[in-house]
Parts: sequence; C-alpha cells; structure tokens
Amino acid sequence: MSIKVSMNVNGKPVSADVEPRTLLVQYLREHLGLTGTHVGCDTSQCGCCNVHLNGEAVKSCTVFAIQCEGQDVTTIEGLAAEDGTLHPMQQAFWEHHGLQCGFCTPGMVMVACDIARRLPDADEKTIRHELEGNICRCTGYQHIVEAVESGIKAMNAKG
Amino acid sequence: MYEFNYHRPKSLDEAASAAKEAEDGKILAGGMTLIPSMKLRLAAPSDLVDLADVEGLKGITVGSGTVTIGAMTRHHDVQSSADVQKAIPALAQLAGGIGDPSVRHRGTMGGSVANSDPAADYPAAVLGLDATVKTNSREIAADDFFLGLFETALEEGEIITAIEFKIPDAAAYMKFAQPASGFAMVGAFVAKFGGDVRVAITGAKDCVFRVTEMEDALKSNFSADAIADIMIGEDDLLSDIHCAADYRAHLVTVMAKRAVAQAAG
Repeated sequence: MSIKVSMNVNGKPVSADVEPRTLLVQYLREHLGLTGTHVGCDTSQCGCCNVHLNGEAVKSCTVFAIQCEGQDVTTIEGLAAEDGTLHPMQQAFWEHHGLQCGFCTPGMVMVACDIARRLPDADEKTIRHELEGNICRCTGYQHIVEAVESGIKAMNAKG
Repeated sequence: MYEFNYHRPKSLDEAASAAKEAEDGKILAGGMTLIPSMKLRLAAPSDLVDLADVEGLKGITVGSGTVTIGAMTRHHDVQSSADVQKAIPALAQLAGGIGDPSVRHRGTMGGSVANSDPAADYPAAVLGLDATVKTNSREIAADDFFLGLFETALEEGEIITAIEFKIPDAAAYMKFAQPASGFAMVGAFVAKFGGDVRVAITGAKDCVFRVTEMEDALKSNFSADAIADIMIGEDDLLSDIHCAADYRAHLVTVMAKRAVAQAAG
C-alpha cells in the first residue's frame, strides 16, 4: 500500500507516493536525495537525524513521512543562504572547530538552532543539558558547546 | 519494520472503529515508543490509527483544584506550560525529564500512560496525583488503571482523551535515571493533599505502584525521616544488569525520601 504524501522541505513543496512505513529520514535521503541528514543509531538516541518539523527539532528516524503531510520540514541543507553563506550556527561550528569526523554535525547544528530559538540566554550548563539527545564520539563535546554558545550569540545579534 | 495500513481519522469515533475493525490495530500518538518497537519487530500492528487530526485532544486546562491535560499534549508543552509550572510544578519538572528535547517535541502524555512502560515517568504522576484517566467511553481512577507490564484497564478501541490531575498542596518527583536511556531505574512521586499523602513508585516493578506503609507514616509526619526505615520487599522487584532487586529496593526508599524532602522544603 502506497500513500501520497506532500510537504514543504526547505521551503519547496514536494510530494511522492510512499509506503506508510517509510521514515521521514528515508524519505529525505532516498527519495529527495538530501543526504545531509544522517542515520546514526536508528533508535532515536544519537540525534544525527535531527531536522526541524514546523520549526522544532525532531528525530527524523522516529517519525513516519506520512505523519508530516502538509507540514514544514527544514534539513541541514536548508540552513545556508542560496549564495552559500553559512547560517550563523554553521559558521560558529566552523570557527570553533565544533566537529572532527562530521557525522553527528548536521544533527548537532539543527538541535543547536532549536536551543537558540527556545533558550536564547542559554549558558554552558544549559547547553550541555540540552544536547543530551545528541551523541558525538570524537570531540568530547568541548568545542561543540563553545560553538553552540557562540552560534546562539550570533543568532541573537542577527535578530 | 513490517508493512501496515495507515489511518488518519478526524474524529474519536472514527479512530475507535478503525482500531477495532483492524486485524491488529494500534493507536499512534507521538510514536516515540511505538515506532522504535515496530523497528525491532516487538510490535507489528496490521494498522496504525494516527490521532494527529482528531480535534480536542490537545491542551491544558486549569479548573478548581484540577489540571486537565489532553492526551495528545506533548511532553514539551507540559514542561513549558506556565499553568502547569504554577499549579503542579512537580508535573512540569517530570515532563522535562523525559527523553531528550527532540523526543519531548513528539512524545505525548496519553501515549506514555496508555503504554504503561514499567520505567516510564508519567504513570508515577498519574498514580501519585490520584488522577482520573478519561477515555472515549468512561473515566478510570488511577488506582484502577495500571494493571501490569504494558497492561492497563483500557479495552480494545478505547482511547485516552485526557487526564485530570488533582492539584496537591505539595508534590515532588525524584528519579534515579538509567544513565544511557534516561528511563527511571526507580522514580518516586510524592504528593500531599491536606492530611492525605500518596507515594507512587515507577521503574521498580511490572508497573507503577503505591507504597501505603510510607503513605501512612507521612500522614502523621511529612518528613524524610518518617520513611527512612521503611524498605519494600525485594521479591517481585525488577532485576537486570543495571540494577539488581535489592539495589532497587534500596533506591525506592532513597528516592522517596528525596521526593519528600523536596516537597516539604
């Protein structure tokens, strides 16, 4: 059984016939070719698959594509400007070297933007706590936390 | 994951009949437990009935002496609700300790309560706050709702619509979280209503339960010292690689004491 699903991804309307069991992350990666969203654990623990659903961070490995009918999805590909200028949070990860292998980075950046939206005054302790659903096996988190702190400031300044 | 048929009804009646008519129908709320269970093939429903479009299942209403929360209200909404923070701060705090922020953006109160996971947080609040579980056909007292491991009083096609919590004079929830999953190895919800006290424990047995011996001691002396020597038996406690039964029994007293200390403070 296939069902037609339509949604907005990174501001553009898309639609496809999918099986109900198609996960949002499969739809993004395999149907739309948006492979920036990663699958790390596939068990909603590692956070690599985070995207924004109607502006809020969610784990796209634990949402069915059909649940997103008519909704707005933003992936890591939707953050930078069309001319390639990085989003302030991406720029902060670049400047603070908030990554090593880069596998967890898309999820980290999407969640970091979500923290900035909800908690614009977040301090280091809050940021560490808010990142509990994102696992990085390289960095030890130190530079990620510094990047998020700096990225939040940059987003606040941009308004 | 096995294939399934997907339904997205607009009304409760349609949802109930779709779930009932299916060979093995399951209600889909936030999906934070159901979808991972389906991936592991621990659950393989023939049909999923998504409640996303059913009206009237979301929202928080403060009445006289009660807070009523719609079944599809997400953990994030409960955690960040100024009304809940004011009326029952322990409930907002509990909601903010479930999973992680992205999980709290999807997971719902009704889904958690209907699932009755032995280590879930919300069942402790439902039982501790003497809540009433409202469904599409009746109202069920918390004391009659949780029956066992993933087992509740809900019948086939019965759907939780809202949960009505009594506002306590004081309450607190303390959990000893499993470090990797965040689930409660033991969680204690303590609530004081005038001269009455309720102590609900999650994570320790097949499902949430009350400790009446602690409740009786706290009725005459609402302090951590009053329950310091009360230990529950180990016999029917859960035991696993993270936490043996005797350790869980010990944690029950420790977490209950901490909850009383916070509620009394």
